[in-house]
Amino acid sequence: MTVFWTTWIIVLTLGNVLFALWLLSSTARKKHGDAAAGPETTGHTWDGDLAEYNNPLPRWWLGMFYLSIVFGLGYLVLYPGLGAYRGTLNWSQANQWAGEMSAARVSGDRIYARYAAMDASALQHDPQAMQTARHLFAVNCAQCHGADGHGARGFPNLSAANYQWGRDPDTVIQTITEGREAAMPAWGEVLGDNGVRQVAEYVYTLSGRTGEPALAREGQALFATYCVACHGQDGRGTAALGAPNLTDTVWLYGGSVASIAETVTKGRQGQMPSQGSRLTPIQIRLLAAYVTGLAEESNGQQP
Amino acid sequence: MKHDIIEQRVGLLGVLTAIVISVAGLVEIVPLYFTGQVTQPSAGVQPYPALELEGRDIYLREGCYNCHSQMIRPMRAETERYGHYSMAGESVYDHPFQFGSKRTGPDLARVGERYSDEWHRIHLNNPRDVVPESNMPGFPWLAKTPVDGSLTGRKMRALRVVGVPYTDADIAGAAAAVAGKSEQDALIAYLQHLGLASKQWEH
Repeated sequence: MTVFWTTWIIVLTLGNVLFALWLLSSTARKKHGDAAAGPETTGHTWDGDLAEYNNPLPRWWLGMFYLSIVFGLGYLVLYPGLGAYRGTLNWSQANQWAGEMSAARVSGDRIYARYAAMDASALQHDPQAMQTARHLFAVNCAQCHGADGHGARGFPNLSAANYQWGRDPDTVIQTITEGREAAMPAWGEVLGDNGVRQVAEYVYTLSGRTGEPALAREGQALFATYCVACHGQDGRGTAALGAPNLTDTVWLYGGSVASIAETVTKGRQGQMPSQGSRLTPIQIRLLAAYVTGLAEESNGQQP
Repeated sequence: MKHDIIEQRVGLLGVLTAIVISVAGLVEIVPLYFTGQVTQPSAGVQPYPALELEGRDIYLREGCYNCHSQMIRPMRAETERYGHYSMAGESVYDHPFQFGSKRTGPDLARVGERYSDEWHRIHLNNPRDVVPESNMPGFPWLAKTPVDGSLTGRKMRALRVVGVPYTDADIAGAAAAVAGKSEQDALIAYLQHLGLASKQWEH
């Protein structure tokens, strides 16, 4: 802030304080000389005989006002309030925030240092670590993957047995840190309505369900031509490409013939945003342990 | 009685009243207009491109600011959740700024690139499809309504008058940039743009 504006602020602020001081003290003085005439009135008369006293301010009130002026001046000495003047305490919002952050970092570092020495399975069995992870998940992940991690259509269920991009700790850490961009092309124009129907029917049967055998047999041939490059000969997918395993019961966009046909027709471009700039490496490791722990829990429950 | 002089002259009373009530504004507001920290853009802050600008107008029209703030305060609880606290220089191209005053939903100052476009699409149509606990209303009509690009260039020209540095090329290409886009596309483009500049200096 320039000298001019600092001066402007100081002159107006202190001038205002001095003006208030003068106004108070000048109106507080008792008028002498006409004590015999009774209390002074403002000179207005309403309804014939109704007048208004013009007494000085009560002492206690006046004292409070003087005190508030002293408080205000003290504040302006200690804290920033007069333009570029920083105050003798050198207080600022940014400093206060930085103090809060470094205090939290000291206590946080102690907690995270303990986690840093633990591997994924140790983290999963540490209640405090999982508590921390649950909080991190609620703030950073639940919006897409759900508060319970079960996801939604188009947003992976993290308690599923298979992950689209792989479920080992390092891969999950990479997924969280860098994000993922899935790219399933649209096959609608290439395959035509019939072809899509046949492929969908075949993919439907891959997970052990029975569809329409005739259609599925046609679909198998098309699958071998167009789909195996990513999803593999046996339909087990390629985690490195983010091509899902089609033989399990995990369906990101729905496992009905109609949903599969829609996926084949339009393609899918699922996107996981990168979290590396938002979270520290230890926080990401914690989250990876937490979400893969979710998967193991529900595997245990499944018959 | 000296106060009679003031009380009996309405014009003088008005002038003196105006002087008294303007002191706080003269001290707290006027110097800000001449302070670089408030009038210069922070590093990386760019004027909104045409589609983002239309999205911003939809944000205003639908009253998103009633439930969403765009002002991260310098407190740990906020910066841990949303990112670096907001800087004055991030809002210099916002006319008016969207600080907001109420958070029924989360702050959006740094929501850009936090979620995928697809997430926003589903969430705007019906928030409960992705966040079951949400009480945000759905905005399904945005996907079906095309952006009216006939005024986009004129909006940019108006903003240029108040200091947003749009070039003639920006203005000439404005209508084409929003052609064929839905209001939902525009709103998502705006949301994905919020807070991106801060990525440069946040860490």
